[in-house]
Amino acid sequence: MLEIFNQLATLLVFTLAGLDPSTALGVAAHFFVASVTKIFALLLVLIYVLALLRASLDLERMRAFLAGRNRFFGYLMGSTFGAITPFCSCSSVPVFIGFTTARIPIGITMSFLITSPMINQVAIVLLWGLLGWQITLLYVAVGFAVGMLGGAFLDAIRAERWLQPFLAKAYAEASTDNVEAPERRRLSLKQRHEFARDETLEILRRVWKWVFIGVGLGAALYGFVPDDWVETHLADGAWWQVPLAVLMGIPLYTNITGVVPVMESLLLKGLPIGTTLAFCMSTVAASFPEFVLLKQVMQWRLLVIVFAMLLVSFTLIGWILNALGPLLSGMM
Amino acid sequence: MKEIKVLGIGCARCQDTARLIEQVVGEMGVEARVTKDTRPEALVEYKVMSTPAVVIDDTLIHSGSMPKAEQVRQWFSD
Repeated sequence: MLEIFNQLATLLVFTLAGLDPSTALGVAAHFFVASVTKIFALLLVLIYVLALLRASLDLERMRAFLAGRNRFFGYLMGSTFGAITPFCSCSSVPVFIGFTTARIPIGITMSFLITSPMINQVAIVLLWGLLGWQITLLYVAVGFAVGMLGGAFLDAIRAERWLQPFLAKAYAEASTDNVEAPERRRLSLKQRHEFARDETLEILRRVWKWVFIGVGLGAALYGFVPDDWVETHLADGAWWQVPLAVLMGIPLYTNITGVVPVMESLLLKGLPIGTTLAFCMSTVAASFPEFVLLKQVMQWRLLVIVFAMLLVSFTLIGWILNALGPLLSGMM
Repeated sequence: MKEIKVLGIGCARCQDTARLIEQVVGEMGVEARVTKDTRPEALVEYKVMSTPAVVIDDTLIHSGSMPKAEQVRQWFSD
């Protein structure tokens, strides 16, 4: 079904605009048009449908659900809620405060916050559309693993010691007893439609530039980096390439929308799957602007621990997937 | 004189919200002062977990989205 976008791009770029498919420019332009049209079509349809389904689940109800749960289940649900909530870095501080003052353990809150930027409907749409369901599943599994284990680790080291004082105090005084779940809202089909329409427009308004930037970069890489360059220099998956990819991902601030087209093009060029995923997760989840915001609720020490924890996890994942690479490629 | 606070930490929609309220208040001729409160402590104080949130005379009246102009008018109509 998605083939139609390649045909559309062929028609527009080669037939109508008359670019030559054997030139770098022709290849890059074709990649650009095919990806941009495909991404926008998928985003529009899938965000709308998911929002229709999600309309009656809000953060207050998630919080009530998480309060007082046992730990393992808590991490799993924290990550799950993080995955189904559309991510905005501006919402991370209020969510952090809201969860903490309901005496939800900081580990569960962090499961939510770590998973949220990595996995969301936009990420799944893009991965599925551009890279297929196998890589989508792999990506989701890794995102959950990092979120849940990261949360468990932070609880194990008693990370709540290093919250900002006002919040540590609120946490100590909080109790799960007075967290009430708001009434489940009964929504009519019309209200659901309105919610879904607003959310679709809101998300598109926020991500459209990232689609262009990401696809533009991906297209440039795809068209202009010679095929054998990646092959010769990076395809062997030498151990130092993974931490290097993770470090390179930190200063690149983008969200998942911008990064998936780049991933597509790196994979097509033959970069090993582990190195590619490590780079992308680091770009998306370990970003400075996000951490500067979290400084308002965490002390430096905790912030540094979380940051280091993410970098180490992404590196480990990269190594593991590279080692499994030959096995995985048999599956894909 | 109504004391209106918009809570939220550096989000674009919080600024839009403050601007919208100022505009509506101006149109309706309500005496009010609109301020933005970006302290994280304020979110604990008013038990807010999604922003932008609007507090009028110390009562939380709205949170989680940018209100529509119609809604804002209603807050001041009684």
